[in-house]
Amino acid sequence: MKTIYLDHAATTATDLQVIDAMLPYFHENYGNPSSIYSISRITRNAIENARTIVANSIGADPKEIVFTSGGSESDNFAIKGIAQALKDKGNHIITSQIEHHAVLYTCKYLEKNGYDVTYLPVDNDGIVKIGELEKAIRPNTILITIMHANNEIGTIQPIRQIGEIARKHGVKFHTDAVQTFGHIQVNVDELNVDFLSVSGHKFYGPKGIGALYIRKGSKLTPLIHGGDQERRRRASTENVPGIVGFGKAVELALDIMENEAKRQTTLRNEFIKKILVTIPDTILNGHPADRLPNNINISFEGIEGESILLNLDMYGIAASTGSACSSSSLEPSHVLLSIGLTHEFAHGSVRFSLGKHTSQDELNQVAEILPDIIKKLRAMSPLYNK
Amino acid sequence: MEHYSEKVMDHFSNPRNVGTIENPDGVGHVGNPMCGDVMELQIKVKDNIITDAKFRTFGCGAAIATSSMATELVIGKSIDDAQKITNKVVAEALDGLPPVKMHCSNLAEEALEAAIKDFRSKNTA
Repeated sequence: MKTIYLDHAATTATDLQVIDAMLPYFHENYGNPSSIYSISRITRNAIENARTIVANSIGADPKEIVFTSGGSESDNFAIKGIAQALKDKGNHIITSQIEHHAVLYTCKYLEKNGYDVTYLPVDNDGIVKIGELEKAIRPNTILITIMHANNEIGTIQPIRQIGEIARKHGVKFHTDAVQTFGHIQVNVDELNVDFLSVSGHKFYGPKGIGALYIRKGSKLTPLIHGGDQERRRRASTENVPGIVGFGKAVELALDIMENEAKRQTTLRNEFIKKILVTIPDTILNGHPADRLPNNINISFEGIEGESILLNLDMYGIAASTGSACSSSSLEPSHVLLSIGLTHEFAHGSVRFSLGKHTSQDELNQVAEILPDIIKKLRAMSPLYNK
Repeated sequence: MEHYSEKVMDHFSNPRNVGTIENPDGVGHVGNPMCGDVMELQIKVKDNIITDAKFRTFGCGAAIATSSMATELVIGKSIDDAQKITNKVVAEALDGLPPVKMHCSNLAEEALEAAIKDFRSKNTA
């Protein structure tokens, strides 16, 4: 059975060209980039080359890019780093209710350590209520952190507008762009951001590598102390193969981005339409238009997400859910509850996220199998009596 | 996440005794959609022996599999013996459940308790 992989928002397969680019930096070119001898110059140059590619792709200066171990570290670094660096200026942070846990739990951690956090609500489509943002800003607000696009429901936030508000009030602005970078255009000046988190494995790069954009002149306390790597922003011998692979993945993503975004948007819209028409009592979660090209998130009334996933898995289809039963807590996804879904609908959500290899044929197969799965589970459910 | 045993997957993909019973002698309806699982268990009793059991469950793979297994375990048992079936017994019959899923087996035990209580309340008068 061939796998139909529709969980690209979770991770992607590392592109073979990326692996080819990385391979020479495990054994052949192993020099520690911080050393003085010639073999280290090769690795140093490889890192700086990747840094330039990443910087150019978002309209930044290479000096503004720090490589990290991934999206979670970048988020932690930005939020804790600003909180620490600006603690004399204030202790108030503004974020949204639908952030990734890497942001949300970092904020909760800071709350336990004397910081004050405002969690902005979102509307039913998952867009942050901008009107509330301006009201939430206080003289002691030091940071606004709001994600570029939501990982579960795909809604894209009006980051540029939020950035304008932040700038007007002299507040630093961070965005988690893990789901958008490599998929849609991301430019730090157009978005008015001071800090931006990205991750490699969401767009066919390797796992364990990411970056944080830090606008020139920004104060940021390091998360990892030690050596002088990354202009003293982040200690630890550089993950050279990872950095090289990250750079290569960005290059490849830029090449196909425009066409892929268009192609996936079309596939996405057709699939959503087909499912909503063929399966009753089904809703789309997230904004219908302002959403990631590859994100489909649908709730099926009266049944539970994990049982849908297990049935899909029997056909080799890989997707994910926001149901509680996929985690150790009993609460369904905080994102789905924040957009106003009832528990019945929140537990019955399935996310299909497309990738560059996703074909029309694969989606047709899923659309054909899905109605029977839903029917079977609903026949078994005491909550669905239609 | 830790994966399910083959037995769990068998009961999940081919659940036994799904549905409802006409004129059941006992009904247990437990769980809460907020927690993501709801189970309805109906039993038919003759001479104090459970002759049939049917379930309907809203829930994850573990919830459906434990529901199915619970119906298999109670059919043919006396009410008193059926009452001794705990969540552990159901989980063990399925070759175990991942630790985060143990709470799902409570559902089956609670539904069984509720169905028996309902039966007794109707048959003590």
